[in-house]
Amino acid sequence: MRYDLMLAGLLLAAPAAAQQGPLGLGTPASPAEIADWDIDASPDGAGLPPGRGSVAEGAVIYAARCAACHGPRGTEGAIAPALRLAGGIGSLATPRPVVTVGSYWPYATTLFDYTRRAMPFDAPQSLTPDQLYAVTAHVLHLNGLLPADAVLDAESLPRIRMPNRDGFRPVRGAE
Amino acid sequence: MPRLSRRAFAASAFAAPGIAAAQPLAVPPGMLAQGGPVDVPYGQPAATEAGVKRRPRAGPGYAPLLGTAGSSLTPLGDLDGTITPNGLHFIRHHAGVPAIAPEQHRLVVHGLVDRPLVFTMDQLRRFPTVSRLHFLECSGNTPFYQQARIRPDWTVQDTHGLLSCAEWTGVRLADVLAEVGLKPGARWMLAEGADAAAMTRSIPVAKALDDAMLAWGQNGEALRPEQGYPLRLFLPGYEGNTSVKWLRRLKFAESPFMTREETSKYTGLMPDGTARQFNFTMEVKSVITRPSGGQSMGPPGFREITGLAWTGRGTIRRVEVSTDGGATWQDAALQEPVLSKCLTRFRLPWRWEGGPAVLLSRATDSTGDVQPTRDALVAETGPNFVYHCNAITAWRVAPSGEVTLAV
Repeated sequence: MRYDLMLAGLLLAAPAAAQQGPLGLGTPASPAEIADWDIDASPDGAGLPPGRGSVAEGAVIYAARCAACHGPRGTEGAIAPALRLAGGIGSLATPRPVVTVGSYWPYATTLFDYTRRAMPFDAPQSLTPDQLYAVTAHVLHLNGLLPADAVLDAESLPRIRMPNRDGFRPVRGAE
Repeated sequence: MPRLSRRAFAASAFAAPGIAAAQPLAVPPGMLAQGGPVDVPYGQPAATEAGVKRRPRAGPGYAPLLGTAGSSLTPLGDLDGTITPNGLHFIRHHAGVPAIAPEQHRLVVHGLVDRPLVFTMDQLRRFPTVSRLHFLECSGNTPFYQQARIRPDWTVQDTHGLLSCAEWTGVRLADVLAEVGLKPGARWMLAEGADAAAMTRSIPVAKALDDAMLAWGQNGEALRPEQGYPLRLFLPGYEGNTSVKWLRRLKFAESPFMTREETSKYTGLMPDGTARQFNFTMEVKSVITRPSGGQSMGPPGFREITGLAWTGRGTIRRVEVSTDGGATWQDAALQEPVLSKCLTRFRLPWRWEGGPAVLLSRATDSTGDVQPTRDALVAETGPNFVYHCNAITAWRVAPSGEVTLAV
């Protein structure tokens, strides 16, 4: 009897339940509330912020904030080979592949996304969108994938076709 | 009666064991006075166990970069059973351990959902809870692909120490996702950490709805900071980095987000230049932990060979052990309970006659997968694959009793 009453109460509450999950836990999250956390950028450009930056502007940022670990030209990997950012295009099928942004990474948006969330190593999330577009443009330039006078923004970045775009094979079952 | 020198006494005892009179056993001094205090707020291992500790892999290139990006390995050769003590669980971070106040921590769940929600730790703890025993293995464990980089002096801590096992407590992710309501197009979930790498991986929604957990408990206590305190994703059987620590955000989309950790890293480069991507599940694997590299056999006689077996695909069905480099194999006993996606301890009695021996173990899992030899694995993947090495490990026992890596 009490159970029936309880059930009736739940059914009466059903219209409100559409605003809630089955347990009613959690608090609604508004876009404004999570804006500073919602930092991912996808290959189709979703999530890229407004802004723009040039290869030349990026060179200045790169020299000041990136070169110490990655090397002045990005080919050096100044403190570890895994930190090489440039070079190696065409080397993946050789016995000594050189894995870099230019030779291996399938999407230019990933470079922006990762730099935005995790770099510079000693001050993550400190670069502005303009600075991020600029340093992304410069690293792509170091790989010969953008001319020296190039400028990147949310429209142009996803359109860059990386050399190894089609180099990845999802393992069966991952889909 | 002439006094024997220590050396001469030892020699005579060796020559005629059992005949020389044994010295009377001293009464332990600890029995003759009160011992240490009872009020010990958080117990520590015995001081003489101080050598049982985590450390980076031996060799050039394995020290953590700038002290915060790297790994520290579980001393598997010093441990018994299957549960890793919390202070010895392996560590792998990309940007150090953040200090997070649990009352400040939030989990945001959004994207292709009906009701974007933010959860406090208190709210998450109101869900029905679950505890499960599972292994966690870094996909870079056991770096055997490059023969030139394998060191004979590596111990099982060096070769397999990016492997641990614990009882994880938390909530089923499926229950949390019922609260937000996934939209029909939601096929991938981005999981993001609150560390300085904002570590991110894309996970298939099918896994999120299957056995994924949001965990705050590790062997009965709160997660250790280096294991993601106060909250981590836990994906049983998947490569370790996907169980994102310090979890702050889950976002749902139709396609994978192609983060750095699933394109530039954690992909396997094949000889033809293509790479395997979204290689999530850790394959069937085993290793003998005793006797193993760096250990010494002592005098000939009875020894138990013991080790660990695991698979991300289900349960361990069989472990075979060879003491002659693979010429003959014997079935090892499996310690019950044999649990899914959990370490299984195996044992085989052995009499070491004092000669050379090469010890191998080979596991088979519930799907019928059999652990490959290193040669067979490298023939399939090439030498630059980096991740998911589940090759058979060989330990060489010298007549002196010293044990070295023989892969």
